Amino acid sequence: MLYREAGDFKTSYRDDSQTFPLKLDRWGYYAALAVAFLVIPFVITDYWANSVLVPFLIYAIAALGLNILTGYAGQVSLGSGGFMAVGAYASYKLATAFPEISILIHVLLAGGITAVVGVLFGLPSLRIKGFYLAVATLAAQFFLVWLFNKVPWFYNYSASGQITVPERSFLGWIITGPQTSASAKYLVCLGFAVLLAWVARNLTRGTVGRTWMAIRDMDIAAEIIGVNPLTAKMTAFAVSSFFIGVAGALLFSVYLGAAEASETFGINKSFLVLFMVIIGGLGSIFGSFAGAAFLVLLPVFLKNVLVGSLGWPTDLAAHLELMIVGALIVFFLIVEPHGLAQLWRVTKEKLRLWPFPH
Amino acid sequence: MKKRSVRLFAALATATALAAPAAWADLVVPNFSYRTGPYAANGAPYADGFNDYFTLLNERDGGIGGQKIVVPECETSYNTEKGVECYESLKGQNPVVIAPVSTGIAYQLIPKVSADKIPMYTPGFGRTSAQDGRVFEWVFNAPTNYWDGASIAIKYLLDEHGGDLNGKTIALLYHNSAFGKEPIRTLQELSKKHGFKLTEIPVDPGSSQEQKSQWLQIRREKPDHVILYGWGVMNPAAIQEAANVRYPMEQMIGIWWSGAEVDVTAAGAAANGYKAMAFHGAGQNYPIYDDLKAHVFDKGLASQGGPHIGTVLYSRGMHSAMVTAEAIRKAQELAGTDAVTAAQVRDGFEALDISEERLAELGLTDFSPAIKTSCEDHGGSGMARVQQWDASAKAWNPITDFYEPDNEVIDPLIRADSEAFAKENNITLRCN
Repeated sequence: MLYREAGDFKTSYRDDSQTFPLKLDRWGYYAALAVAFLVIPFVITDYWANSVLVPFLIYAIAALGLNILTGYAGQVSLGSGGFMAVGAYASYKLATAFPEISILIHVLLAGGITAVVGVLFGLPSLRIKGFYLAVATLAAQFFLVWLFNKVPWFYNYSASGQITVPERSFLGWIITGPQTSASAKYLVCLGFAVLLAWVARNLTRGTVGRTWMAIRDMDIAAEIIGVNPLTAKMTAFAVSSFFIGVAGALLFSVYLGAAEASETFGINKSFLVLFMVIIGGLGSIFGSFAGAAFLVLLPVFLKNVLVGSLGWPTDLAAHLELMIVGALIVFFLIVEPHGLAQLWRVTKEKLRLWPFPH
Repeated sequence: MKKRSVRLFAALATATALAAPAAWADLVVPNFSYRTGPYAANGAPYADGFNDYFTLLNERDGGIGGQKIVVPECETSYNTEKGVECYESLKGQNPVVIAPVSTGIAYQLIPKVSADKIPMYTPGFGRTSAQDGRVFEWVFNAPTNYWDGASIAIKYLLDEHGGDLNGKTIALLYHNSAFGKEPIRTLQELSKKHGFKLTEIPVDPGSSQEQKSQWLQIRREKPDHVILYGWGVMNPAAIQEAANVRYPMEQMIGIWWSGAEVDVTAAGAAANGYKAMAFHGAGQNYPIYDDLKAHVFDKGLASQGGPHIGTVLYSRGMHSAMVTAEAIRKAQELAGTDAVTAAQVRDGFEALDISEERLAELGLTDFSPAIKTSCEDHGGSGMARVQQWDASAKAWNPITDFYEPDNEVIDPLIRADSEAFAKENNITLRCN
């Protein structure tokens, strides 16, 4: 009735293969972007930026990165936390060594450095797969965190081993450091998230993405039809690590402002990003955003309801929060093992026919 | 992309709208507590002591200067990201002081409170160089800090060895985080000065219960002393492992965060003789407990039902609340108004003068050393004493007087660190 494709004719291949083939979807997407860029920056408060939207966008970028590696190329990784740390420390070293260059460029460069590190730790994927690869990437996680704790050069010899972001601005707007306004933080993260999601979407439906998916679905068959596993796997690791590195750099420089390898980028972070990908949906761009939203927003939402509205004790609320989030994860995975993205896809299919199911 | 997120946003918006508080007429002193996770055993007593002291002031005196103190609690799980979330959500209630009981969160919030102009109080933790008021206008860490603690441990060991530590070996077993790494630089300087050999042994926070390899190293190297900078489950695990490798408890000395009942009871009788530092007393032998009993405990108002009353960490929470309350009182006196703002409370913290007589008036006779701060000095005297665990009596007994730290070594270190911070962040020095 409301959501339909009747009369939505395509007259060219280009129209037919666009990201949002339905007019309604397309307009919805434009409307969402318009609200995100033109409305929210004017109404956003510190609380909404720092507790809700900025972490959501940053984790969405990280989930996108891991989704490219795990969802599209089928290579399991438990090293996301370590790669985020590479991004954070790289942006810190670059920002303190070259203060005259814009921090936004440093963030991208940090992504590039992470891509190199990611390729290095991705090399074992040429020989091993599945659980064995997971263990190899786990080693990357522990090695990288250990490295950033052990070598004082990475944290500029500060007494506590913490890295603290210097204040930097872009076109006169302060975008890192404590003086940053809520809308500046939000817009920087939104800009990166939209740009990278666009890149990811277009990579995954082009040649590169198809080779990734071929490797994921059956590597031997892919090799026989002419997909080079070396380039496919290494590009997957490189692109994925680039995304995760950018997320780590933003997490440190824009969101937290100070970080410490073992606390901020521990193994928990790797699991968190992996859960986002699994709950959101493997091999889906929308799923990365949905998974990040689920795991970032739900705890904050529950806390506000249980402590803020109902006035329950904080420890009880914290325990209940874990139980509810855990139960919902199990529930969603039983109801729809392919994640929230698939749930959304099914809903849309049904909505197309509604209210005439036959 | 749309409908679901729209619905989620609507729900979230309602929730936050519901959670957003009305304008407070009272003074808001948030309690950044952690009653869940691996640090809960230490966080809960601290939070209870903090709550109960303000409940006492509200019940007995009607607040401070007629202003009720509201203590909203926020669960951080000792996690910095949650701590930041707490800070942002509590900021809307116009808190007059922020006291995150975590060095990691403190580091995170120091730039933020300086920008938002809210004083932060970190007694015995946080960034040591925040003691330098010329640089850190909004941060206070009186009465003592990690570097003072390291220096006092060495002073005590000097006394034990007749003033000579030459050729001795001392191992630092530390929580591999900002907290545990803080004393390293001081201990390195002190090892140069006194000629002892320092071994640094980190314990990763993520797996702080697994210390087999660390204690194997200690057993092999047989250091003359082990200094413990641990927190949460790391403490009982360290003391248990020490007992397992038969390391003499008398040769161990913990920072004040590694010297509470919860840390030693797990090891039972084996923990007898373990030493730790403290900058305040513990137990219920202080006159204030008569008032607490009459106005708080007997009315059933004790935080969480009062399972931790009188313990070391409960007393520390109370101490922190007491200093905060005195700062608010001072601020009211200086500002000439009772409804003080965060900036006025900062002035109060900077003009603190809690003498021994004042402590006696508060019902805390001989509880802790006097505290006096100034524009340059946000750190107080730095004094602490050594206490020893008596496993059969289940009590911590002070075995020394309050020591002064070795300021000759610490002051230049603090100046170097804070001036580096000032340079990095373009801060002009105050108090000229």
